Amino acid sequence: MALLRVAGALTEAPDVAGERQRRRGGGRRLSPLPTAVLLLGAVYCLLPVAWVLVASTKSTAQLFNTFTFAPDGSLWSNIASLSSYAGGVFWHWLLNTAIYAIGGALLSTVVSALAGYALAKYEFRGRSALFNLLLAGVLVPPVVLAVPQYLLLAKVGLTDTYWSVLLPSVLSPYGIYLARIYALAAVPDEVIESARVDGCREGRLFAQIAVPMMVPGLVTVFLFQFVAVWNNFLLPYIMLSDENKFPITVGLYTLLNRGSTAPSLYSLVVTGSMLSILPLIIAFLVLQRYWRADIASGAVKQ
Amino acid sequence: MRQKSSFSPGGFGGVVPPRKRGGTAPRLAPYAFVAPAVVLFALLLLIPIGYTVFLSFEKSQVSGLGLGPGERKQVFAGLANYVSGLTDPTFLSSLLRVLLYSLILVPVMLGLALLFALLLDAERVGLQRFARLSIFLPYAVPTVIASLLWGFLYLPTVSPFPAILSRLGLSMPNLFATHTALFSVANIGVWGGTGFNMIVIYTALRAMPAELYEAARIDGASQVQIALRIKIPMISPALVLTGVFSIIATLQVFNEPQTLAPLTNTISPDWMPLMKIYDLAFNDNNAYAAAALSVVIAAGMFVLSYGLLRLSNKYVFEGR
Repeated sequence: MALLRVAGALTEAPDVAGERQRRRGGGRRLSPLPTAVLLLGAVYCLLPVAWVLVASTKSTAQLFNTFTFAPDGSLWSNIASLSSYAGGVFWHWLLNTAIYAIGGALLSTVVSALAGYALAKYEFRGRSALFNLLLAGVLVPPVVLAVPQYLLLAKVGLTDTYWSVLLPSVLSPYGIYLARIYALAAVPDEVIESARVDGCREGRLFAQIAVPMMVPGLVTVFLFQFVAVWNNFLLPYIMLSDENKFPITVGLYTLLNRGSTAPSLYSLVVTGSMLSILPLIIAFLVLQRYWRADIASGAVKQ
Repeated sequence: MRQKSSFSPGGFGGVVPPRKRGGTAPRLAPYAFVAPAVVLFALLLLIPIGYTVFLSFEKSQVSGLGLGPGERKQVFAGLANYVSGLTDPTFLSSLLRVLLYSLILVPVMLGLALLFALLLDAERVGLQRFARLSIFLPYAVPTVIASLLWGFLYLPTVSPFPAILSRLGLSMPNLFATHTALFSVANIGVWGGTGFNMIVIYTALRAMPAELYEAARIDGASQVQIALRIKIPMISPALVLTGVFSIIATLQVFNEPQTLAPLTNTISPDWMPLMKIYDLAFNDNNAYAAAALSVVIAAGMFVLSYGLLRLSNKYVFEGR
């Protein structure tokens, strides 16, 4: 229930709120103090983002010597020097992050959908034991697992490959938990039964009947895992040593690390940070809209 | 020969055996569906956990100069790794530090999240849509990038704050000093986590039927009174849950201090428990000691989350 509420929060809040606001929208006077508090909160949250947008327009010398909230014209030359750094490795990092996050989240959604559907819609020996085991998996700190995962993958020669980052991202006990809830709520038993009576095989039943009904929930599973992989630092940091396979988080971290001896790299880190959160912010705004559309279709409600 | 067909699982393969209407579901299909998850779970969770436990009771024994082949051997160590880990003062101080960190971060973050959620839910408050989006925005920024951004804002040579503060006649404190670094790191956690928790609490508020406080309003209760007396008690389950999950997450802090470390000497490689584990495993090449501390932390985490969830179940959900 706990985790469900969290998931529901993302999908439900915006739409319900919009509705209430519309309903409420009279021309009544605003109270200044609460509005000011909200404004302060928004400023606090936007401040670092605004700063990096401005700071990425400054050359290294200006970054260290001028008031950093005054913009300047070096954005293009910063992007150019970032692009030429170590043979354009920065763009590799962005591409890798996209591969890890999209690939990992997609595979994870497929695995979660399969397992969640089976746990929700079939009676089979060991079902509740399996479900409890998976739930316990939610509580295992992923960071504690990273070290033994590295040692084991090293034994089979998989460290420093794309798979060493992708593979651990595919399993998401939380995703399976969510998928089970969505399957329970969205796929009626009667539909399954009548499909079986019509001679539909189980594999087709899942792919062509259950999955379309679960789609809104599976999008949430995908989003959660996408954010988790995009955020991941420790796992790729441990697994990878080849710069060309780094995701953006590890890449910028190593750049900062080198910058402590060569401050000229700082402006590259600043520009790189700006370029890497820009797509995230755009995706975030687009997804906000999607989350609304999601609830309008009446799914995921519980 | 044909007898074998009795083995064919109902409905999973090609032949659908005649079944009663509304008959039992096929037997093998669910196993096929959960198989990928089970295999991955075994490979990525069970085996690594087992391997960690195994390693924690082993050690590397050096014979001779330890240079030739076969001079380094893995032997049974008993509880030696646990004893040395749990008596290591740097580990103990990192434990203390992470507890303090959690104690600073969680109340501030959840306090702000609750305040903003109540304001988003209140009437006659402006900028609600703008604030909701802005405060939730940091959720989309990876913690490493967030730490980089704040790290630069903390650095006096790059930060805009010294210029602003000096106009007000103030000077910027050293945000990386021994006593301030913990707050500086906690601020990044607050920045990144407030929006998500705000949305969770806000959703709980929205789920409350408005009739509950309509009567109070008619009786002349102020918005603050309604918030304190009606709304907060009603959403206490959501508050407890966000609290439990926040505590568990903050105790695993790694990305923020690790990212800030290159900017300051205050943050040592063993500053937080998980940094200590990383340091042991990859800088000291002592996977055995790292494994023992991993087991200790995983066990502690498990007991804590189980205990907290039990407690919250008992007092918040059943006691109503």
